[in-house]
Amino acid sequence: MIEVIRLSKQFGPKLAVDNISFSVAKGEVLGFLGPNGAGKSTTMRMITGFIPPTRGTVTVGGHDIQKAPIQAKAKIGYLPENAPLYSDMTVESFLRFTAELRGITGAAQKSAVNKAIEICFLEKVARQSLDTLSKGFRHRTCLAQSIVHDPEVLILDEPTDGLDPNQKQEVRNLIRRLGATKTVIFSTHILEEVEAVCSRAIIIDQGKVVADGTPDELKRRASRAGAVKVRIRGLAGSGILSELEKLPHAVSVETIESGDSLFVGRVFPKKSAIDGTLAGEIYQFAAGRQLQLQELAVDEGRLDEMFREITVQVRS
Amino acid sequence: MKNIWVVFKREVQAYFLTPLAYVFIFIFLILSMSLCFVFGRFLEGEDASLDYTFFQFHPWLFMVLGPAIGMRLWSEENREGTIELLLTMPISTWQAIIGKFLAACLVLVSALAMTFPVILTVNYLGDPDGGKIFSGYLGSLLVGSASIALTCLVSAFTRSQVICLVVSVVLCFFLVLIGSPQLLEFLRNIPATGLLETLRLAALEIADGFSLMSHGGRLFGGVLRLDTAVFFAAFISFCLYATSVVIRSKRA
Ligand SMILES: Nc1ncnc2c1ncn2[C@@H]1O[C@H](COP(=O)(O)OP(=O)(O)OP(=O)(O)O)[C@@H](O)[C@H]1O
Ligand SMILES: [Mg+2]
Repeated sequence: MIEVIRLSKQFGPKLAVDNISFSVAKGEVLGFLGPNGAGKSTTMRMITGFIPPTRGTVTVGGHDIQKAPIQAKAKIGYLPENAPLYSDMTVESFLRFTAELRGITGAAQKSAVNKAIEICFLEKVARQSLDTLSKGFRHRTCLAQSIVHDPEVLILDEPTDGLDPNQKQEVRNLIRRLGATKTVIFSTHILEEVEAVCSRAIIIDQGKVVADGTPDELKRRASRAGAVKVRIRGLAGSGILSELEKLPHAVSVETIESGDSLFVGRVFPKKSAIDGTLAGEIYQFAAGRQLQLQELAVDEGRLDEMFREITVQVRS
Repeated sequence: MKNIWVVFKREVQAYFLTPLAYVFIFIFLILSMSLCFVFGRFLEGEDASLDYTFFQFHPWLFMVLGPAIGMRLWSEENREGTIELLLTMPISTWQAIIGKFLAACLVLVSALAMTFPVILTVNYLGDPDGGKIFSGYLGSLLVGSASIALTCLVSAFTRSQVICLVVSVVLCFFLVLIGSPQLLEFLRNIPATGLLETLRLAALEIADGFSLMSHGGRLFGGVLRLDTAVFFAAFISFCLYATSVVIRSKRA
């Protein structure tokens, strides 16, 4: 549905987006992650046709955003960063205006606007002037604008920014629901959100894609992913440590606590054994030596850890 | 066409649902009427024509009031970031520009329409030339829209309405001034020979050719000429086209 091919954007001397390529299919929810200034918003602005790329192409639903902007833009619903609004309008008149720009008129317009108001929980403020709304309501109004024409493609730049916890949850549910039948790209700094709603995530740093995969795949990239945390009693810590290091699938062992008859630590597996093999070996070892295995936990890997490792790695 | 209409409607609402348009119309009426009755010696005039008593002041008023209406057109979009919404809608940039421009012109038209008491008065006092009054209004409208078009262009450069206002007023002032009868008279009377003479003639030509005042003045006097029409059409289209170029290149 969305094809981004070798996209670059140069702002003066600064290369904000550097040769990014990816594609998003229908029914996919793609999360955009990356540190501040990574180039997420710039990429989204190029996809929506707001800024022209320095190099590269974007096609949305088969239409090149540069060559056939009207057709491509008609397929997109876009929530810009900071949710800009015409503050001299009311929520309702603003939504009517955007619906009309999308070519929705008459009775269809009325029902489209009402539906968007309902989905974004704006009933209470529908007739209120936009410049008197609180930040969260402004954000939701702009979100309503992006879905009013039931677009095939949704581009949402930090859709949950400034929302209260309940609303964050509602918006996540909304994205997940819409994602089933549409193509969604959204950016966020909240990593739990990625796990909760994305079918795929891309991490951008300094304008480049540094990781691309499902949230589970990405989690497994964390250095601790697959590591087995153990707590074993019954032998001197140093003895347990040397035995653990000898296990066939262990690479290294990190000590957390070591005592007369206690060892607490983390055993890191070989690349080939990030499934349960290592945990099995540890269990066998402990059982064979009649040691007391008090804790045995395989680390799933954490997104925040992976995120930090990947984005710091690029820096250095 | 439909998209122009949608943008136009929104902008008209922005003008008329806020005090903006009313303040503008009120100020224009106060100033144009008082200039007409006080300085134009309207009531003492011998003939029932309006060109020197009424329309002649309009370029000077629009020099400030045109920028006052037009200053929000794009600078507001730039400041609020709504330009990102507008330009990611399935409409073209020129449709947005024309819709906005026409909305600002509607404020101008309303202001001119509200000067109807002047027409009633001349009709009461004498027997005015209807065609001349029409061409006077046309001239006034064209001078006003030209200043709005120029302001539209300036507003695309900045996110500050104040900067836009100041710059546009200066530009409009210049464009009105170079065609004022006093300046043209001055240019005509400089004694010069040789190269200076050519320069003087060129300056005169340019001043007369580019001034909103000279072209407007012809219409105020009831003279409808093709070059006047061409001038205003070219001036306004150039400003609006340049606006689209600026809007596009600002994002590149
Ligand atoms: N119009 C512009 N002119 C010059 N530089 C720009 C412009 N827009 C963005 N940049 C630069 O491009 C880089 C990427 O910015 P961008 O807004 O895409 O980051 P981001 O990933 O969205 O960050 P954040 O998480 O803070 O929203 C930044 O270094 C920014 O300073
Ligand atoms: Mg951003």
